[in-house]
Amino acid sequence: MAAHRCCFPVWLFILCSFSLFIIAGSQETTVAPEQHASVLDNPQTAAETAEQTAGESGGVEERRWEGTEVRDAAAQKQAEPAVLQPTPQPKDDFQEELVVRPLHSGDIYASFQFRTLWETDFMRGNKVSHYRLFPKSLGQVISKFSVRELHISFTQGYWRTMQWGQPYLPSPPGAELWVWFQDSVTDVDATWKELTNVLSGIFCASLNFIDSTNTVQPSASFKPLGIGNVTDHRFLRYATLPREIVCTENLTPWKKLLPCGSKAGLAVLLKSEKLFHSSFHSQAVHIRPVCQDWQCKTTSWELRQTLNVVFDLHNSGQGKREWSLFKMFSRTLTEACPLASSSKIYIDITDNPEGEQFELSPATSLLSQAMVLGDRRTFSVYDLTQQDTFGSVRSLNLLIRWKSTEGDMLRPLLHAERYVAGYGLQTGEIHTLMYNHHPYRSFPVLLLDSVPWYLRLYIHTLTVTSKGKDNKPSYIHYQPSKDRVRPHLLEMLVQLPPNSVTEVTVQFERALLKWTEYTPDPNHGFYVGSSVISSLVPSTVAMDTNSTRERPLFSSFFPCKEESSYFVRVYTEPLLVNLPTPDFSMPYNVICLTCTVVAVGYGSLYNLLTRSFQIEEPSPGLAKRIANVIRKMRGFPGTMG
Amino acid sequence: MGLLSDPNRRRALINLLTRLNAPICVVCYMAGVAWFMGLAFEPFTLRTYMSENAMGSTMVEERFPSGERAVATGREFAAHKKKVSGMPVEWLVKTMQARGLEVYTQRFSRTLPFPDENKERYMVKGTNVYGILRAPRAPRTEALVLSAPCTPGDNNNQAVGLLLGLAQYFRNQIYWAKDIIFLVNDHDLIGMQAWLEGYHHTNTTGMDWSPLQGRGGSIQAALSLELSSDVVTSMDLVLEGLNGQLPNLDLANLFYAFCQKIGVLCTIQGKLQRNDWDSVSGYSHAVQTMMLMVMKQASGRPWGDHGLFLRYHIEAATIKGINSFRQYKTDATTIGRLLEGMYRKLNNLLERLHQSYFFYLMPSLSHFVSIGYYMPAFGLLAVILLPGVLSVLTPLVISHLTGAALYMLPIRFQEMAVEHFPVSETEAVVLTAIAVYTAGLALPHNTHRLLSGEGTEQGWRVLKLVALLYLAVLLGCTALINFSLGFILALTLVPAAAFVTPHVPKVLSAFVLVILSPACTLLFSVFFFQELQEMPVSFLDGWLLYLSVISQGILDHFLYGSLVYPLIALLVYPCWLLFWNILFWK
Repeated sequence: MAAHRCCFPVWLFILCSFSLFIIAGSQETTVAPEQHASVLDNPQTAAETAEQTAGESGGVEERRWEGTEVRDAAAQKQAEPAVLQPTPQPKDDFQEELVVRPLHSGDIYASFQFRTLWETDFMRGNKVSHYRLFPKSLGQVISKFSVRELHISFTQGYWRTMQWGQPYLPSPPGAELWVWFQDSVTDVDATWKELTNVLSGIFCASLNFIDSTNTVQPSASFKPLGIGNVTDHRFLRYATLPREIVCTENLTPWKKLLPCGSKAGLAVLLKSEKLFHSSFHSQAVHIRPVCQDWQCKTTSWELRQTLNVVFDLHNSGQGKREWSLFKMFSRTLTEACPLASSSKIYIDITDNPEGEQFELSPATSLLSQAMVLGDRRTFSVYDLTQQDTFGSVRSLNLLIRWKSTEGDMLRPLLHAERYVAGYGLQTGEIHTLMYNHHPYRSFPVLLLDSVPWYLRLYIHTLTVTSKGKDNKPSYIHYQPSKDRVRPHLLEMLVQLPPNSVTEVTVQFERALLKWTEYTPDPNHGFYVGSSVISSLVPSTVAMDTNSTRERPLFSSFFPCKEESSYFVRVYTEPLLVNLPTPDFSMPYNVICLTCTVVAVGYGSLYNLLTRSFQIEEPSPGLAKRIANVIRKMRGFPGTMG
Repeated sequence: MGLLSDPNRRRALINLLTRLNAPICVVCYMAGVAWFMGLAFEPFTLRTYMSENAMGSTMVEERFPSGERAVATGREFAAHKKKVSGMPVEWLVKTMQARGLEVYTQRFSRTLPFPDENKERYMVKGTNVYGILRAPRAPRTEALVLSAPCTPGDNNNQAVGLLLGLAQYFRNQIYWAKDIIFLVNDHDLIGMQAWLEGYHHTNTTGMDWSPLQGRGGSIQAALSLELSSDVVTSMDLVLEGLNGQLPNLDLANLFYAFCQKIGVLCTIQGKLQRNDWDSVSGYSHAVQTMMLMVMKQASGRPWGDHGLFLRYHIEAATIKGINSFRQYKTDATTIGRLLEGMYRKLNNLLERLHQSYFFYLMPSLSHFVSIGYYMPAFGLLAVILLPGVLSVLTPLVISHLTGAALYMLPIRFQEMAVEHFPVSETEAVVLTAIAVYTAGLALPHNTHRLLSGEGTEQGWRVLKLVALLYLAVLLGCTALINFSLGFILALTLVPAAAFVTPHVPKVLSAFVLVILSPACTLLFSVFFFQELQEMPVSFLDGWLLYLSVISQGILDHFLYGSLVYPLIALLVYPCWLLFWNILFWK
């Protein structure tokens, strides 16, 4: 299998960088830090850049050539017959990578991405039966349910934007699922229902609890991320389960979807005892159609599996500002996944250009730069397909040791929070706060709120205020709830003024449920899923236009279009709301019982006590009455009867 | 079964009841009081037990090691507090951040309706500091609170030290499922009120506060810590909250269970538990403990910082370290372990505390009287009012106007009073209140002038009917919400209501009626309370205390929304005036 990697170097150029859904543009820049100048051995930068432009995502410029490396690797393996033999163009490809971002708080963020590309067509009755790298279970789901795009995430914990910055892939606490169906699907709701049940089995999760009461069709917030231009939101379904607990049982099926499983490559690091000893854990699966090449003549299916984890300095680091692969995952790396065409580790060293913040060992000469979330970041790259990466001990254990605790994180430009205000069990108010920290630019955000029916929103009390003034949303899409059928859906396009807090408030009434509708733990409260805030945020690089950072004058007058803004999705925390709950305890049962007894017993007893009884004389027959009348007429007193 | 069906027998029964009305009333009253006193007798009470399964069977191990360091931190805090002569905000923020918490501050300000001379404050400005320990892999939906007030002087520094010590220790643990908020509140209750209002974004008392930046979801439980010395001999549990609300009994059980486990002496109402319930002194000890609880609950004041949480459906209690110079000493490490154990169990909660009782009295920490046991005592008193209804309208409005005047005038007229009389604002408020109260006694004459007619025999009967019904409903409702207050009011008002007619000797009855009026009840309560605390006071001191209690009551209403003052002024006092009117019926 290693042969594929060696035979098709062209793929390596395309796939040399990690890519993100949320990258709006890419740019290649040449960096040649002086301290590495002596190591610089390949001057073919210009040619490489030209090649890389063809890549579909995040541009990478490295001081050392990937092409050269591959040629070297090929040369090493020339003895192997498989390399010499030209094989037919494979239709699938697998890449793996790990990005590590040391955080200012001393915590560390690790993000795994595994991408499988497959040039095939699941649709139009095309029966696909031969699977190689692409997992068969998901392929069958795509073809059976005519899925155009599928995004599913399982998250345990809440992403702390203000401490950790923006995540590479945002996700709300609990489970989130959104699916675009092909326009050939006639009964979307039934297909959706069936699909959630199947996915529930595949991922060992409670996705079968997704039904009409927590499913919405957002009109603007969730656009398709792959190719295709159908944006009729009738074919979109979105649901979250904020209460879903994510654990080993969800990780195992997720790992089984990988071509190498957890046997080789980066997935070796995914040990649940460490992954669930962290501050944040999120795993996701994204399926979408993408272009096969830059001309987009053919399409292929992309399966992207991601796993994000943040390790805590105090809990797992024992307070020492030092991280290594072994400390994080209790494993070291010894090889790449043999099926992978690329296998890399990126360490974000943007804040550490001179090595004054932390020390990285073993050192690497490979550097890469990419536009990530509106910021130009520099990464140290470790290529696991290269044998010399592992050194003489045949194992790679990256070590990051902090030298100082100084330094400030760039404040995220957009963040949001949400809470329930008020007290008592009758009414309440949902407050959503959206912060724009940009010093001088305003930008619009799309706010999506899906609130369960048992919180009855008073939509006339909806207010949007920024800086003490009324802020009128330019677009509102509101779908009222129906009791026990569907939730409220509120989507708004709001302009956030620069350097401000925008507050959205809406009052609600807590519904009294039927007694069978309460969960087994009603006093825990009921969850309301996260609000979703989607936005194009002006990038921090564009912010530099007016600043004094050293740049050539000719490059800094007009803000560059590609990097002027980037897409960000922010999730607020879910809410836990207490509803009026009867006392489901023994006294409650006793009260029910006594009420019944009283209702039955009291009436009869009251009757007996208060009613006065009289002996009623039997009424005389008709004949006797007539006889009496006759007697009266004849002068006898009518005593008979 | 024909008992009530037969008109003759029914008439006989009614005759019997009417004839025996007075003795029945006396018997019921005595029985009610006796029942109540019996509640403190141990064989009649229930042992406390943990109802919540999530806190019962799970074992936790307490390992908090750094009590000494916490004491040192407390000293450091004291030094910084002295340096800035107030809340050392910057130092607290820095210290909490160093312990890995997310730290936020909240500023607040409040101008009291009139100066509070007990605590010497009028225009209050302060800053609350709180740090949130984010639970790993938790979605910010649930939180627990540990608070320590920053009080002026040398008090409570150890509590802040221990709070910071616990924060540091808790931060390194992986097992938290709920965020933990460590709060140091400035100006004790006012700061707590500001923080709670800010957290829930409500404004019930017209305070100015800056909005909170960080939250942890819905708060499940809270403990407030008060420690003023490095070594304590016992830990005291305070439960009584605003308006006589009590936290779930499981919180008291939790405290008791851990005190037993760790071997800390624990008290309630500052009274140790005794084992000799069968002796007279043992019984009177239990009665004292229970009566203290009744008096405290009836006052409707929050008796610790926890008292304000209860409005928000958050179970809360205050834990006080008491140093009474006994032999038995407990150090900060042990107290830290006690709190660690309690928080770990609270952390295990799947639902809010709801399994155990919300309405109870405690004659000792290990025994409680539930609502089913104490309500009959009240019922026996209330039943006296019912025959009263059998025996049979008018100055109702005027009585209530007087009540409204009592409620509003003291605050409104303080400036005028200060101008014309040589008194301070606080005295002005209290004395105006007493003046309005006394002025109400002149009402009967004025009412009659307004009515300009002879009061008929029928008239006073109707009035009495209305007054009795009024009282019955009023006391019934009060006792449901705050049993202790309801019971104390019933104890005094019910006899007054029962005997009063225009035909009893005027002077003597008037004297008795005044003695039984709410104001005098309060006066007696003050003396009684001091007696229970074994700190008897002379009459003059008692009178001064009485005046300060009135001013505190009014302040509690305006600061925290306590309902006792409006209840007395707007409902109980007018009701009593009705009986006063009946006595002077012409």
